[in-house]
Amino acid sequence: MTGRSVGEVSPQSFHFDEPLRLRSGASFGPYDLMVETYGRLNAERSNAVLVCHALNASHHVAGTYAGQARSEGWWDNLIGPGKPLDTDKFFVIGINNLGSCFGSTGPMHLNPATGRAWGADFPVVTVQDWVDAQARVVARFGIQKLAAVLGGSLGGMQALDWALRYPERLAHCVAIATAPNLSAQNIAFNEVARRAIVTDPDFHGGHFYAHGVVPKRGLRVARMIGHITYLSDDVMAEKFGRELKTGELGYTTQEIEFQIESYLRHQGDKFSDYFDANTYLLITRALDYFDPAAEHGGDLTRAFASATAKFLVASFTTDWRFSPARSREIVKALLDNRLEVSYAEIDAPHGHDAFLLDDPRYHGVLRAYFERIASGLQRPAGLTLKGVAV
Amino acid sequence: MSFDPAIAALVPPGSRVLDLGCGTGELLEHLIKHQGCSGYGVELNDANLLACVKRGVNVIQRNLEEGLAIFEDQSFDVVLQLETLQHLRNAEQMLRETARVGKIGIVSFPNFAHWPNRLQVLTGRMPVTRALPYEWYDTPNIRVGTFADFEILARKNRLKILDSFGLQAGRVVRTAPNLLASVAVFKFERE
Repeated sequence: MTGRSVGEVSPQSFHFDEPLRLRSGASFGPYDLMVETYGRLNAERSNAVLVCHALNASHHVAGTYAGQARSEGWWDNLIGPGKPLDTDKFFVIGINNLGSCFGSTGPMHLNPATGRAWGADFPVVTVQDWVDAQARVVARFGIQKLAAVLGGSLGGMQALDWALRYPERLAHCVAIATAPNLSAQNIAFNEVARRAIVTDPDFHGGHFYAHGVVPKRGLRVARMIGHITYLSDDVMAEKFGRELKTGELGYTTQEIEFQIESYLRHQGDKFSDYFDANTYLLITRALDYFDPAAEHGGDLTRAFASATAKFLVASFTTDWRFSPARSREIVKALLDNRLEVSYAEIDAPHGHDAFLLDDPRYHGVLRAYFERIASGLQRPAGLTLKGVAV
Repeated sequence: MSFDPAIAALVPPGSRVLDLGCGTGELLEHLIKHQGCSGYGVELNDANLLACVKRGVNVIQRNLEEGLAIFEDQSFDVVLQLETLQHLRNAEQMLRETARVGKIGIVSFPNFAHWPNRLQVLTGRMPVTRALPYEWYDTPNIRVGTFADFEILARKNRLKILDSFGLQAGRVVRTAPNLLASVAVFKFERE
């Protein structure tokens, strides 16, 4: 891997007094959002790239926290000086979405109307609501137009939503391992995860904070299901196969026999230690709801009629959660609208998880694309010389 | 330069172009920069895809064998299919798809009837030449046809040939191209 780390970073909290009008019709606010930035905003404020996070990630996209081992941001392999998204050239912004559990206002915070934690009463937020909130953060930086909005998976949906609803405010949209909406199968997996959480006796209808407990069993199962869908059959076979934990069968139905069981339980345990159960419900619901074509009679081509950005779309051949066919639906809608688009279908073995890994073909395409954007920044569009557009 | 200026000259200025099997995107970049064109390449190879992105040429990674369903009918002024048809299992289907998606199609392919090929076949051996540099057992050219064959295939598929010529060592051959040119070039539209 080429490039260096952005080094030690620290988040900042942005406070917003003005309530946010949500898709549900509700109004929410005041609220706070956690933000991190890397690199420097240029004088024209034209080199900003917003990175949108997926289900379990946050504003901590790159770099490390002082005194914390293994605190690298979730997309640290992509972002930094000399990395594919080069912070020597770009000003990169990460924002923790509303309802998440990494410092932005969420279900674990106080509901001023009741004097107790929001819990299950936290309003249902959508991809559009998140993008509206992100747009306010971007405006606060004085940025008129982002050089790019980048995201993978659920983050890719946010990048697409930016392109549809704020077309004048981004030049490029980079949407990776994403989909124009969830399939019935995708929603089914989400629902199983949600039921695991909601039926945990420690969930207490979402108000578990008051009981001093965490519905860890539900969170563990939710994460285990999620993990199965993030990996390809091949990569699971290669990593675990039918390997036994102790080398021989124990003839037990309760204990771990296979290494894959051990792996999933470990992932579940880890996750239940840091992730919030209500946030999991909220974020999976936002995934379920995202469907820009729905407002256009199911016609994705019409949904993209408002877009003007240039697009890079990428998918991974072994991703069965958001398969290449779903990305091709996006590409087709862009082609139908005569928008500029490049599409990479990366033959990587890692399934959906590939978007967070550093496959050289994948990172090569991202590097080349961002280098093109950077070279375009050196002569800003609309620059005039002696009254003549150049 | 990996493309022939005579082929670039077949593309009307300002055309919306789809280049099937666009390679490193050199021709598309030329058409965009010098002929006011716009459009996309389609390419399967990872290294070629990367080269296109580096050039800033729009490129869609796709195996042509899987068809052109992603492109709407008559959505391009020109569809280029240069030195790709001979690699495709479904060459005739692709030719039809080219004519469906583009108002004008331009194809080029190695002309098997070029006289050195004929001589080599007369000696009892499959030809190995600069235009057909492979042995019979390892050639990616799974469809070998001639200039004259294409005229028949075009007629069968109701394609009207607007222009055709041969290319030999960078020169346009309009006299007896089936005999004198190693590459065949056709520009056509639907009847």
